[in-house]
Formats: sequence, C-alpha cells, structure tokens
Amino acid sequence: MSKVNVIKNSNLSSYSSSAIASSVAQIATAESCSIIFYPANSYGLEIAPRTAVKLEAGYISDCIGLDYNGGDIIASKPVYAGKAVTKSKSERTNKIFSLRPNIFTASESNSTSVTICDFAVNISDKDLKVKITGLSKNEGKLDVSEADKVVSGGRGLKGPENFYIVEDLAKSIGGAVGASRAVVDAGWRPHGEQVGQTGKTVSPNIYIALAISGAVQHLAGMSSSKIIVAINKDKDAPIFKVADYGIVGDIFDVVPKLTAKINSLS
Amino acid sequence: MNVLVCVSRVPDTATRVEIGADGKSINNNGVKYILNPYDEYALEEGLRLVEKNGGEVTVCTVGADVCVDILRTSLAMGAEKAVHIKSEETLDSFSVAKNIAEVAKSANYDVIILGRQSIDFDSFQMVSMLGEMLELPSVSMVAKLDINGTLVTGERDIEGGKEIFETSLPAVISVQKGINEPRYPKLPQIMKAKSKPIDARPAIETEKYTSVLSMEIPAKQRVGKILTDSDSDINELVRLLREEAKVI
Ligand SMILES: Cc1cc2nc3c(=O)[nH]c(=O)nc-3n(C[C@H](O)[C@H](O)[C@H](O)COP(=O)(O)OP(=O)(O)OC[C@H]3O[C@@H](n4cnc5c(N)ncnc54)[C@H](O)[C@@H]3O)c2cc1C
Repeated sequence: MSKVNVIKNSNLSSYSSSAIASSVAQIATAESCSIIFYPANSYGLEIAPRTAVKLEAGYISDCIGLDYNGGDIIASKPVYAGKAVTKSKSERTNKIFSLRPNIFTASESNSTSVTICDFAVNISDKDLKVKITGLSKNEGKLDVSEADKVVSGGRGLKGPENFYIVEDLAKSIGGAVGASRAVVDAGWRPHGEQVGQTGKTVSPNIYIALAISGAVQHLAGMSSSKIIVAINKDKDAPIFKVADYGIVGDIFDVVPKLTAKINSLS
Repeated sequence: MNVLVCVSRVPDTATRVEIGADGKSINNNGVKYILNPYDEYALEEGLRLVEKNGGEVTVCTVGADVCVDILRTSLAMGAEKAVHIKSEETLDSFSVAKNIAEVAKSANYDVIILGRQSIDFDSFQMVSMLGEMLELPSVSMVAKLDINGTLVTGERDIEGGKEIFETSLPAVISVQKGINEPRYPKLPQIMKAKSKPIDARPAIETEKYTSVLSMEIPAKQRVGKILTDSDSDINELVRLLREEAKVI
C-alpha cells in the first residue's frame, strides 16, 4: 500500500450508500484507479453496485477467489447457494469486486512509506436522502457473521431450554451461537442467529453443527467455513458429507463432555 | 400508491445442481422453477401498501418466455399488471437493471420493491443499481418498513444488529425474510389472474459488463474424519482441532 486518501466530510457522518459510492467514484477517477474492492457485507453489497453504475464498471459480487490471468482478473463466486461456483470477469476497463469476509487472508505490506492525504469530495443533496436515525446492536453478543468461531444448534436440541449446551461450547472456544432455520422458525432462537440461505452466510475458521441435519439451504450459509465439525446421532445425516471432523452420537451426552475437555485445557 | 415489484424465476432451493453442456450454466432437466422466495416478501409488502393506500402493484421480470409462470403467480397473489421483458439469453446484472430502469422511467412508481437477493446468482445488486440508475434513494435488506405519506421509515439488517433508517418516496427497497408472511393465492384469484394484462416487450440490448466463463461444482476437500461417541474419541476430536486443524 502506498497511499491512503482520507475523506473528511460532515455529510458522511450518517451512512448513505449513495454518498459513499459517489465519494469512492470521485477518488477512483482522480487517482485513475480502475480496480475497486469492497467487502461483501451489508455495506459493501449496498455501495458497490452504485459505484459500478457511476463508473460504468463491471461488478462481480461476493467473490471467494481471484486469479490474475494476464491482464484479466478471474473471480470465483458461489451461485445457487454455493452448490456451484462460477468463474467470471469484468468486460469493462473499470472493475469492481466485493469479497466475502474471512476468505482472503491479509498479507504483510512491503511498502516502506505510505502517504496519507486528505481528499475533498462533492456530495450532492440527492445522495443524502437516506438517513440512519438509530442503531440497535445485539447487545453483548458476538454476531455469527462476524465471529471466527461459530457453534450452531438444530432441531435435535428439542427445545430452547437446551440451548445452554450450544452456548457453553461456544463460550469454551470463544465463539458465537448460530441456529438452523428449524430452530428459528420454532421461535427458540432469534432470526439474527440463523445461518443459511435465508439467514446469514458465515465463513468462520471453525463451524460446529450440533444436531443439524445439513439441508442444502443450511449448507448454503456455512459451506465455505474453513473447518466444519458435525455432531449428530444419525450417521447418515448429510452434514457429515461436508464435515472435516464429526462425531456420531447424542449431543446431550457428547457435547457436555467435549466442552468440559476444552475447558480443562485452557 | 403505485408499486413496482421486481420478481425473478429461480430453481427451487432443494434442486440438485448439475452443470449443463455449455459448461457455464446449470442443466435444466428436471429442475423445478419457482418465484424467488425473497420476491414473495417483496410482493406481499407491495400488496399491503396498496391495500392501505390505494393504487396498484405492477410486477416486472426480465427473462425467457417460460418466466410467464411466475408473473401469473404474482398476478394471482394480487398484482394488477405485469411487464415481461423478454430475453432468451441470460443477461448480466447491469443489463437486467438497465431494462427494469427503463420500465420504471416510463411510469411513475412511488416505490420499487425487490427481494434482498435472487437465490440463483445471489448477486445482491439490483436494488442499488436501480437506485443509482433512477437517481433514487435505496435501502437494502429491509426487515421492517413503514410508509406514511412520502415518509419512509424502517429497519435494515446489518452484521450484529439493525440500522433504523429514514428516507422519502420515491425510493427503491429490497426486503429481507421475516418482514411479513406472504399470502397464498386462492383459486378465484388464480382464475382472475388469467385475464390480467401482461405487457411483453423485448429486452433492450446493452453492452456486456461482466461475463461468466465457466461454472463448476466445487470440489470438496474435506478431511472427513468421523469418530464415535466414546470418551477417547471425544478427547481425540479436541486434539485434532487443536493440533491438526489448529482452530481452537
Ligand atoms: C426456501 C427455503 C429456505 C431455507 N433457508 C434455510 C436457512 O437459511 N437455514 C437453515 O438452516 N435452513 C433453511 N431452510 C430449511 C432447511 O431445509 C431445513 O429444514 C433446516 O435446515 C433443518 O433444520 P435442522 O437441521 O435443525 O433440523 P432437522 O432437519 O430436523 O435435523 C435435526 C437433526 O438433529 C439430529 N438429532 C436429533 N436429536 C439429536 C441428538 N439428541 N443428538 C444428536 N443429533 C440429534 C437428527 O439426526 C437430525 O439430523 C430453508 C428451506 C427453504 C425451503
């Protein structure tokens, strides 16, 4: 990295996708940057398409891999809920990619000096039509989509009162709690914890699925996790097909022992 | 209040995906297609808005002739009109947005509602692209929406919480699961839908912004060590996670 442009503008104190897209486009134009990366999170996914329209750029969202091939960048992107992956490229001079969080590892920068500059942008009123007037954080809890360790519970937990089994294991490894849709639809856990096609997409370093069968819609949200662990009493449960490690057993018996063992070591 | 709801036709979520002969799309044999589940929430939200404020819902899709089935489903749910922008070729997100933007420009919609993503390409692009092309405010992943006059307030899902937002009509909104419970069309409505108008027009050609080179089924390189529930295996799992995978 050799240069950082800092935008200080009071109009940006409240988040507005269109104001940020416009600011990024102004920097890209001034600096002749033809390649732009965004994180594929709730902000990047909202801002990147606007930037793409402004810069007439080819935009590929939610990439999990980039290959540099001659002058081209070939992006891998999951489609059909991760059941397939496409390789695609931008046909335009300007190229924008949003990258799925926790897939690309940061490498040490070898630049010796970095210039930090203030960059002035023009933001018009039409870019300020959306105002964020409040924020409600899921207090005190680590969110599944941000955690690098996730322990999720499924219908096999039999009721909300048993989720302490999931919570205790999550606590022992410092992870967040997730849930299958069956559990969320039953009202045992909040929707914010749902992992899968209609919930959150996660790619933590370790994902532990407890009493989750592994329906395709669940796999859609977690199959890009680095290590997948499954504990299920049904040896034929589809979750084992995507697992790195698994235990065929009853969660009510296995998980407390597993948690105790982990706690005894740390 | 005039509402435009954008819908798309996607494979059912339980579909087993096989790569087609061209090596860059799926094999359609035996695949069941449905109205994109997120678009059902968008349509339901649109229908509730016109029930409260008057006006009508128009649905719009870009796609091949076969997409007429999801337009009929949408009309049966309660939309009054449909626009079918026909293209046998799969267009990239930019072209789809461009085509929908043209439809939107030809009528005065107060609000355009979409699903947060279509579950085929999961691109999350349409809402912001339309907002930008139409120079309108847009908000994505909306989990709660209130419209009073031209004032729009609501909540949008972000990592670890919700943002409470405020904007004004006209606006483009994409909705999240949980915003409502979509209705099921009843038989009389399904019958009535058959005579509702579908305005079919060819897609305008735009330059390709992105192209798909290939599609593959991801190779799974999972370790696949499945152990028993014995105490020694539980301890072994902990050892493997610490020493082999180094993740705890
Ligand atoms: C459009 C659509 C979108 C969807 N989106 C999502 C989504 O985002 N996320 C999602 O998760 N699902 C989603 N689903 C639902 C999905 O198809 C499954 O129904 C759901 O994932 C099942 O949840 P589950 O694994 O907890 O329950 P089940 O499938 O009932 O599995 C329970 C598992 O627990 C095991 N078990 C039971 N008791 C024990 C025990 N004592 N010890 C060990 N194991 C035990 C059983 O062997 C079984 O494998 C979606 C479905 C549709 C149609």
